Amino acid sequence: MTLLLSPNAWWVLLSMLILGVASGMIGTLAYWKRQSLMSDALSHAALPGVVIAFAITGVKALPILILGAALSALIGAFLVQWVVSSSRIKEDTAMGIVLSVFFGLGIMLLTIVNRTGGGNVSGLDGFIFGQAASMVRSDVYTMGILGLLVIAVVYAAFKEWKLYLFDPQFAKGIGLPSGLMNSLYTGVLVLVIVIGIQAVGVILMSALLIIPAVSARYWTHSFKWMLIGSAFIGGGAGVAGTLISTMGKGWPTGPFIVVSSSAVFLVSLLFGARKGLVVTAIQQRMQKRSPRALPAEAEKSMVKEGGLQ
Amino acid sequence: MSYTAWILLTAALVGLSCGMIGVLLILRRMAMMADAISHTVLLGIVVAFLVTRELSGYHMLIGAVIAGLLTSVLIQWLQSRGVQGEASIGVVFTTLFAVGVILIATQVGNAHLDVKHALMGEITFVPWTTVRLPWIGDIPEATLILSAVLLIVVVAIIAFYKEWKITSFDPALAASLGIPVIVMHYAFMSLLSITTVAAFDAVGAIMVVAMLITPAAAAYLWTDRLSVMFGLSGGFGVGSAVAGYYIASWLDTSISGSMAFATGVVFLLSFLMSPKHGLISRYVTVPARKKATSER
Repeated sequence: MTLLLSPNAWWVLLSMLILGVASGMIGTLAYWKRQSLMSDALSHAALPGVVIAFAITGVKALPILILGAALSALIGAFLVQWVVSSSRIKEDTAMGIVLSVFFGLGIMLLTIVNRTGGGNVSGLDGFIFGQAASMVRSDVYTMGILGLLVIAVVYAAFKEWKLYLFDPQFAKGIGLPSGLMNSLYTGVLVLVIVIGIQAVGVILMSALLIIPAVSARYWTHSFKWMLIGSAFIGGGAGVAGTLISTMGKGWPTGPFIVVSSSAVFLVSLLFGARKGLVVTAIQQRMQKRSPRALPAEAEKSMVKEGGLQ
Repeated sequence: MSYTAWILLTAALVGLSCGMIGVLLILRRMAMMADAISHTVLLGIVVAFLVTRELSGYHMLIGAVIAGLLTSVLIQWLQSRGVQGEASIGVVFTTLFAVGVILIATQVGNAHLDVKHALMGEITFVPWTTVRLPWIGDIPEATLILSAVLLIVVVAIIAFYKEWKITSFDPALAASLGIPVIVMHYAFMSLLSITTVAAFDAVGAIMVVAMLITPAAAAYLWTDRLSVMFGLSGGFGVGSAVAGYYIASWLDTSISGSMAFATGVVFLLSFLMSPKHGLISRYVTVPARKKATSER
């Protein structure tokens, strides 16, 4: 663990913590917006933007690459919406098309840039699987500040997010501008994806959004606690995965972060207080013994699930 | 046959088999399932390699089918446990893919199987690994496997054409007619898995999604007849594969990336130009209709 001694490593860990927390929170929003896989499409769609931004400017400065990634992910998001709203193509098909075609374009451009750009470009390959160890101090600052911004946006407008996700009719009634909320949602989603892709990679970035939220779902029915739990799981997985990936030479960061959060998911699936396998099994046994003793809470939660999902 | 001809033939076979499977994929609304399976097939290939320590085509096919079926079983199971459909796909495939990548990075770590190859495919290497067949002579292994898979796919589609049609469009009706919907589902997942792994060598894990979904989606904009859609989708697949090869050799870049890009161009053209469902026809016909109603 020589890495722990270097001060830079602490900064990398801190920024991965912020990234994990931010993506866990945004993942919860995406979960209730029922758009988990949209994050997958958008993170793949960011790749050509990264390569084009590098090809145009010729420098590997993270803010420029993030800008390119954000633009191309937004174009992807727009294309999905456009195709779905003006043809009979379904949303999952449109997402699959955007995901794979943008990724193909990204690989095309990456191959050209790799061929013509010389040794300077070697770091771009890291955008596919992520290489947190390759981040320098300024990257860490960029990531940290943008991550904190995302967290602040979710925190500051907590009540509005809740209304927007769970009762859009009422939100409209009290004058919450749904167009603005939609844009804000897409904005923070894209932002958290593009700051994550350098460290986690475009292919697995979506896991950072999806898995913590799904895991947190097993522990609580409250949106607020789900948000907090998901942030905790995301942050923990970010730190744990980064630490593990530093143990071997050239080990990619992304997969280890994903596997860390999957481990949490597995524990939640088994032992989660709400709908966890073990808890459900115990409840079923208790119900068998006394059929009338259905816990009031479980009943309530079933009603809630039916209403929300 | 020349080197280029073998590559073109392999690319065309990828386009054709993926295009055919893609039609059913779109109609069954399982496009993102293809994304999931194409990623988890990597784990199947890696595990097959670790167990047998050789890169033979048949082991990989078996490993891939197991991985594909495991993926779809896990996703179904999570859904039945109350996880949202999209979220359960996302959890399962990212996890299995990450395990596959970690195994490659930590266990395999040699020239035989590297992550980049698995992701992007290397169709230019396909003609180098050949097998000798009686009567035909030397044929690249990947091309042979793709031909076999295409044969299986075509036979399966033609033999159960009516069943595919009913289960895709109206599963409830299919069930009431006594068609085993679940068996058809897993049969389809197996077909999807073997197609994915056969195309893997040529186009890699992510671009195979483009070959599966995009030509079929483009064909869906041109026709309402299933048989026509199969033909169009296969044709679009072959066309984009061949066009992709020439784009790649013109720009000197990744062949699989260009093939995926070419499918995107085909889709964009269909999206704009298709007479029935295209964007332009909408703008042309809607005002005309309005005019007709106002004159009445």
